[in-house]
Amino acid sequence: MNAPEVVKHQPGPPLWLLAELTYRCPLHCVFCYNPVDFAHAPDELCTDDWLRVLREARAAGSVQCGFSGGEPLLRDDLEVLVAEAHKLGFYTNLLTSGVGLTDARARALKDAGLDHIQLSFQDSTRELNDFLSHTRTFELKQKVAATINDHGWPMVMNCVIHRLNIDYIDRIIDMAVELGAEYLELANSQYYSWAMLNRDQLLPSREQIERAERVTNERRQHYGERIRIFFVVPDYHETRPKKCMNGWGNVFLTITPDGTALPCHTARMLPGLAFPNVRDLDVRSIWFDSEGFNRYRGKGWMKAPCRSCPEQEKDLGGCRCQAFMLTGDPAAADPVCDKSPAHHKVVEAVVRAERGEVAVVAKPLVFRGPEESRRRLAGLAGMK
Amino acid sequence: MSDTSAIGATATPRVSKRFRLQWEEAQQAWVLLYPEGMVKLNQSAGEILRRCDGVSSVAEVVADLEQAFATAGLEADVVAFLELARKQQWIDM
Ligand code: SF4
Ligand code: SF4
Repeated sequence: MNAPEVVKHQPGPPLWLLAELTYRCPLHCVFCYNPVDFAHAPDELCTDDWLRVLREARAAGSVQCGFSGGEPLLRDDLEVLVAEAHKLGFYTNLLTSGVGLTDARARALKDAGLDHIQLSFQDSTRELNDFLSHTRTFELKQKVAATINDHGWPMVMNCVIHRLNIDYIDRIIDMAVELGAEYLELANSQYYSWAMLNRDQLLPSREQIERAERVTNERRQHYGERIRIFFVVPDYHETRPKKCMNGWGNVFLTITPDGTALPCHTARMLPGLAFPNVRDLDVRSIWFDSEGFNRYRGKGWMKAPCRSCPEQEKDLGGCRCQAFMLTGDPAAADPVCDKSPAHHKVVEAVVRAERGEVAVVAKPLVFRGPEESRRRLAGLAGMK
Repeated sequence: MSDTSAIGATATPRVSKRFRLQWEEAQQAWVLLYPEGMVKLNQSAGEILRRCDGVSSVAEVVADLEQAFATAGLEADVVAFLELARKQQWIDM
């Protein structure tokens, strides 16, 4: 055996690259995780920038590449980027609402080597009734689903679940089956960005969740091998946080439309931390050397109660953004954890949801959109 | 659904269409890629799977491996791994 030596913890490669090509989107989802001030975002990266990012990320060890947004189909160079990613040996994935996926574009994406499409239900509640009543939205999904099937991609669907649609979960599952989905992810909304603005209206009650899980299990039995259904429970109803992004700067690298590199889509909200931009720095230096990626890596940054907690490895203290949003301190324990002194904030939100206190009429939902985004920016500026 | 009979010497396994097998320089390993993730294979698993091309029989895969690694008596190990791989749906027979 070799003599023991002290090795500095060296992070692994950024296995998962998420390329957020644009914040533009034709939809207005109330749970959208794009930043609330997205209208303020500077110029999008150009095609050449993205091609360079793909090459640098691949050289640094990235394997999975997700193209997302906003709506990535709004970029007319999507095919060029997919082709390059494919050539570089990435496993490529398009995350889309399906709006704009014409047959011609699907064919071009197939030719470019796109491996996989994840189609999201654009259930933004404005469209909820329309969607559930099988009209316009459903017809669009049906067309897109047929296109995806025709080109031989596996059909993977994703639907964000919240208080306003959770009671219709049986119909959502039935529709996914009807559309030919092989996988369906029912992901409970997480409370960031637009979803945080709307949290009180979107947080389901425990009873609703239990019922939804029961119904999902019944449907699983009923459909057997025809569809695999994943039900992701909301963390507000738990007593231990999730291991956010599988660890800060551990496997995920997000590049935002303007080229900012982030350890997760929402990390830009954290105060006192500058994140590097791919216009200034190459991906390898960003990942291994930048302060933005190193700050919350591992466990060295932890405070009480995490610092001496025997469960550290399991969740790494939870989500930094959630800690910041609910306590004002990004290095605090995620308040979902019942050892956190701020756990009551999560409990109170859940209690309000249980009582059904928040009538949607009293506090209207905020639909994501550029005007609303600008209005909020103006409001913030006015407050200063 | 999945075949549970033993894997014979004449079977011709191939990596399932659901997965893509590739060599990852950064990890110095063969990996299986699929929509939501990646399986990192150890050396022997990688060496077996890269030979599963849908044409070569199990006997040929074994013979090739024995030659490449200058050893003998690999059949039982190879078959055991292929059975596991089939259970994971990494390969079709
Ligand atoms: S969550 Fe909705 S509004 Fe936001 S980018 Fe996705 S489809 Fe567009
Ligand atoms: S105290 Fe911190 S490390 Fe321990 S379980 Fe809670 S969040 Fe995780």
